[in-house]
Amino acid sequence: MILVYAESIDGNFKKSTFEAVSYAAGIAQSNGTQCVAVSIGNVDDVKLAELGNYGADKVVAVNSAKLAVFNAEGYAKAFATVAAAEGATVVVVSNTYSGKAIAGRVAAKLKAGIASGVISIPNTSNGFVVRKTVFSGKAFADVNLTTPVKVLAITPNTFDTNTFGKTATVTTADGGLSDADFITNSVEVSRVTGKIPLTEAELVVSAGRGMKGPEHWGIIEELAQVLGAATACSKPVSDMHWRPHSEHVGQTGITIKPNLYIAIGISGAIQHLAGVSSSKVIVAINKDPEAPFFKAADYGIVGDAFDVLPKILDAAKKLKAAN
Amino acid sequence: MKILVCISNVPDTTTKVTFTDNNTKFNTAGVQFIINPYDELALTRALEITEKQGGTVTAINVGLTDAEPSIRKALAIGANDAVRINAEPVDAYFVAEQIAAYEKAEQFDLILTGRESIDYNGGLVGGLLAEMLGIPSVNVITSIEVENGVATMERDIDGGKEKVSCKLPLVASAQKELTEPRIPNMRGIMAARTKPLKVVEVSGDLKTSATVGFELPAAKGGVKLIPAEQAEQLIDLLHNEAKVI
Repeated sequence: MILVYAESIDGNFKKSTFEAVSYAAGIAQSNGTQCVAVSIGNVDDVKLAELGNYGADKVVAVNSAKLAVFNAEGYAKAFATVAAAEGATVVVVSNTYSGKAIAGRVAAKLKAGIASGVISIPNTSNGFVVRKTVFSGKAFADVNLTTPVKVLAITPNTFDTNTFGKTATVTTADGGLSDADFITNSVEVSRVTGKIPLTEAELVVSAGRGMKGPEHWGIIEELAQVLGAATACSKPVSDMHWRPHSEHVGQTGITIKPNLYIAIGISGAIQHLAGVSSSKVIVAINKDPEAPFFKAADYGIVGDAFDVLPKILDAAKKLKAAN
Repeated sequence: MKILVCISNVPDTTTKVTFTDNNTKFNTAGVQFIINPYDELALTRALEITEKQGGTVTAINVGLTDAEPSIRKALAIGANDAVRINAEPVDAYFVAEQIAAYEKAEQFDLILTGRESIDYNGGLVGGLLAEMLGIPSVNVITSIEVENGVATMERDIDGGKEKVSCKLPLVASAQKELTEPRIPNMRGIMAARTKPLKVVEVSGDLKTSATVGFELPAAKGGVKLIPAEQAEQLIDLLHNEAKVI
């Protein structure tokens, strides 16, 4: 039986959740077994049942007042309790901050081998081998998990959401929780609203030192907004506090895998490329024709960002207006 | 206050990654190794906490003798003592088990790790370790203050931030904003030579995974250049050719 963590935020499942359910359902199908999704926290029954569309045969909902806000100990225990009760052999979570927060705990509870940053379906022809990103995107490693139960944290925006059109049965479980499982207290949660989180973005507009100063970011933000993209930046830009650290992509920042990454005024140092090289399409805009980014890019424009960007922004606005 | 900081020995960020032995081993030839940058932040923050309110900072590494320069650097930055568990760090599960065994014997109030190591990017040791010790874990923290046995932290969550509080002991993993790294001074470097570095043999040999091979990403097919004067063509190409917008 394949178990998947159906991660939700404020009662809603995310796209990465549907990807994880489809991924787990695919493994279940090729093994002739069932896919069970576990939702923790308050999600309404209609939404729970909808996980059947993405391949869940059954949905187990664990909910209580204490589970209203994410808590690594409580969520991991509830999830692992269901995994043990259902006899899960493969356990799937998304490689998100909260997915990773429980993944290690769940693996330790189930004495399961674990791989994170997984970008392939398991190859079971010789063991149980999955491919994961290593060196922040500079390479891939194939890892064989040798324990009876395996935990996989899969990278968002890597696998398609598939429509299976099943009707999932919804049941509830108590997760075997007690007060001792909730030592961490959430004091305050603040989510950025109206902006696409970088870690989940399919389109990213990113800029570097070539923008000459934080006061010139207006056009970057406007282009991102028109395209429906998130904004990102290079390490020097976040080090100089032109942009928040949370926007820094690269080996010591965030590793992202969007469908489109537009790099403006970023030379393309090896550490930066590591964090973005898995992007499906890369655009480099730089006035230096020798910038290393052009070697990693699919499309390139050699030119001054301040001349080039208004033309691109204008064309993007026209495209959006026409569609 | 006793703080344990988990240190990973990783290739410098400028490393061009290659493999040997038919793509089964990372090629260390000519590679400079450093303390994992996130671990260095954890270490610095641990020192800031103990300097303010007293206590000791122990750096722990699971690794072979080649990790010792990084461990000495942790001592030069300011750790009071260090422990090396003498084994190849096979995977996160193994590393967490080794550290858990040491922690159970020595008992720390706070255990800090990096958010992930920049080589294998697992980001799992913190959660595994906390579960093995039966204590709470908070990942990707960007701030931590400790007062009266309670830690108050901010952590990154998907699409935002969360402020959490938790009574000690606990395991927390450091994210970039936690603090600024410290460069060891000459006094620190001299002192590091005589600070205790204990070598401990492994306990248990549970194998949960094995890396069977590596591969480098395929090279890009070549860049399609668009003249700067016709930059607007980019949008058309992204829409009609690449079909990403």
